[in-house]
Amino acid sequence: MELLAFGKTGWGDELFYATLMTIAVSITALLIGFLFSLIFTPLKLSNNKFFNLIANSYTTVIRGVPELLVIYLFFFGGSGAIMYVASIFGYLEYIEINAFITGSFAIGIISGAYSTEVFRGAIQSIDKGQFEAAKVLGIKRNVQFFKIIMPQMLRLAIPNLSNVWQITLKDTSLISVTGLVEIMRQSYIAAGSTRDPLLFYSVAALIYLMLTFLSMKLINRLEIKYSRGF
Amino acid sequence: MDFTLMITSLPKLLGAAVVTLKLLSLSLFFGLFIGLLFAILRLNKNPFIKNFAYGYSYIFRGTPLLVQIFIIYFGLGQIEYFRSTFLWVVFKEPYWCAIIAFALNTGAYTSEILRSAFQTIKPGIIEAGKSLGISNKIIFYKIQIPVAIRQSLPAYGNEIILMMKGTSLASTVTLMDLTGVAKYIISTTFKPIEVFIVAGSIYLFMTFLIHNIIRYLEKKYNFQ
Repeated sequence: MELLAFGKTGWGDELFYATLMTIAVSITALLIGFLFSLIFTPLKLSNNKFFNLIANSYTTVIRGVPELLVIYLFFFGGSGAIMYVASIFGYLEYIEINAFITGSFAIGIISGAYSTEVFRGAIQSIDKGQFEAAKVLGIKRNVQFFKIIMPQMLRLAIPNLSNVWQITLKDTSLISVTGLVEIMRQSYIAAGSTRDPLLFYSVAALIYLMLTFLSMKLINRLEIKYSRGF
Repeated sequence: MDFTLMITSLPKLLGAAVVTLKLLSLSLFFGLFIGLLFAILRLNKNPFIKNFAYGYSYIFRGTPLLVQIFIIYFGLGQIEYFRSTFLWVVFKEPYWCAIIAFALNTGAYTSEILRSAFQTIKPGIIEAGKSLGISNKIIFYKIQIPVAIRQSLPAYGNEIILMMKGTSLASTVTLMDLTGVAKYIISTTFKPIEVFIVAGSIYLFMTFLIHNIIRYLEKKYNFQ
C-alpha cells in the first residue's frame, strides 16, 4: 500500500497528476472534435455532392482505421508537416511539437468523426415542419439554428454524445505510446520501476472506471436538464 | 510521395493483415461464447448472478482495452503461484494474452448486445411456441437464440468493426500485426504518410468487407 502513498515515497501524487492530465487531454480532444464536427456536419447535410464526399470520406476513414494508427501518423508525421509548412515561410529550424498537442489533436480528429455522425443523426431526426415553421414566421437563419434547431438537437444528441465522451476518454490511454504522461504512461513507469505491474495497472483500471462512472452521473444530469418538457 | 516505398511495403503489410485477421477471428469466436454466456446470466432471476454478469460487462466496458491487455500480459505473470500452474503455458505467450484480452472485452460488449436482443423478442413468439407444446428448452435454443441473433446482427456488425480496430493494440505487446508492422516501417523510413495510406487502405478494405458480409446476412435472415 505504501507504493500508492502521496509524497516522495509513493506514486499516489504522480498518479493523481496523471489523472488530471488524462482529463485535460480528453476534454481538449472532445472540444477539438466538436470543432471538426462543426465543420463537417454542415458539409454532410449540404446538397452539394462534392461537400458530401469530403465529409463522408473523413468519417469513413477515421471510423474504419484503428486509433493507434492515426496516433502514429500524428506522432511521426506531425512535426514533419509543421516543419514543411514553416519551410515555405522560410523557417528552417527543427520544430518539435509537444506530446499534449499531437495527442489531443489525434484523439480530437477521431472523436470529431464520431460526433459528426451524432450531430448529423440528431439534426436529421428533427421534424421538417420545425424548419418550415421557422421559415414561414420569417425567422433569420442563424436565430433559427440557435433558438429552434439547437435546443431540440441537443436533447437528441446528448445520450449519443455521452458515448462519444466515453470513447474519447478511453482512447486517450493510447496516447501513452507517444510518451505523454497520463494514467497509462504513469502506471507503465511505476510498474517498471517497482516491478509491480499488477498493482499499478489495476489501479489504472480503477481510475478509468471511476472517471467513466462519474462522467455518466454528470451526463445523466445534463440529459434531464435538456429533456425538460418532454 | 514515395511510391516505391508504398509498393515495397505492401506485401509486408498484407502479410501482417493476415495476423490481424487471425487475432480478430479467434477473439470473436471466443468472445461470442463469453457474450452468450453472460447474456444468459444477465437474464437470470438470481440477483447475485445477475449483478455478477452486470459487473463483468461494466468493468470491461468502462476501462480501456489497453489496460486490460497490460493487466493480463504484464500483471498476471507477476503472481508466483500463477506461473506454476498449467495456465502459464497459455499466459506467457503475448499472442494468447492478446486474444484472451480481446475475447473478454468483446464478450462484454456482445453480452450487452445479446441481452437487449433477448429482451426485445416479442412475447408472442414464445407464447406461440408454448401453445404448440414445445418444451421451454427447445423454445430457448430453437426460437429465442436464432431470433436474438437476427436482431443483434446490425449492432454486432459494429462490434466486429470496433474489435478489428481493437486488434491494433496487439502491437503494444510485441505482436507484429498490421499496425505493428506499419509502425515499424514508419520508424525505420520516417515516411508516415505513405505507410498510413497503405495500411489505412487495407484496414478500410477489411471494414468494407465486414460491413458487406453483415449486410448480406441481415438480408438473408430477414423474416419480417
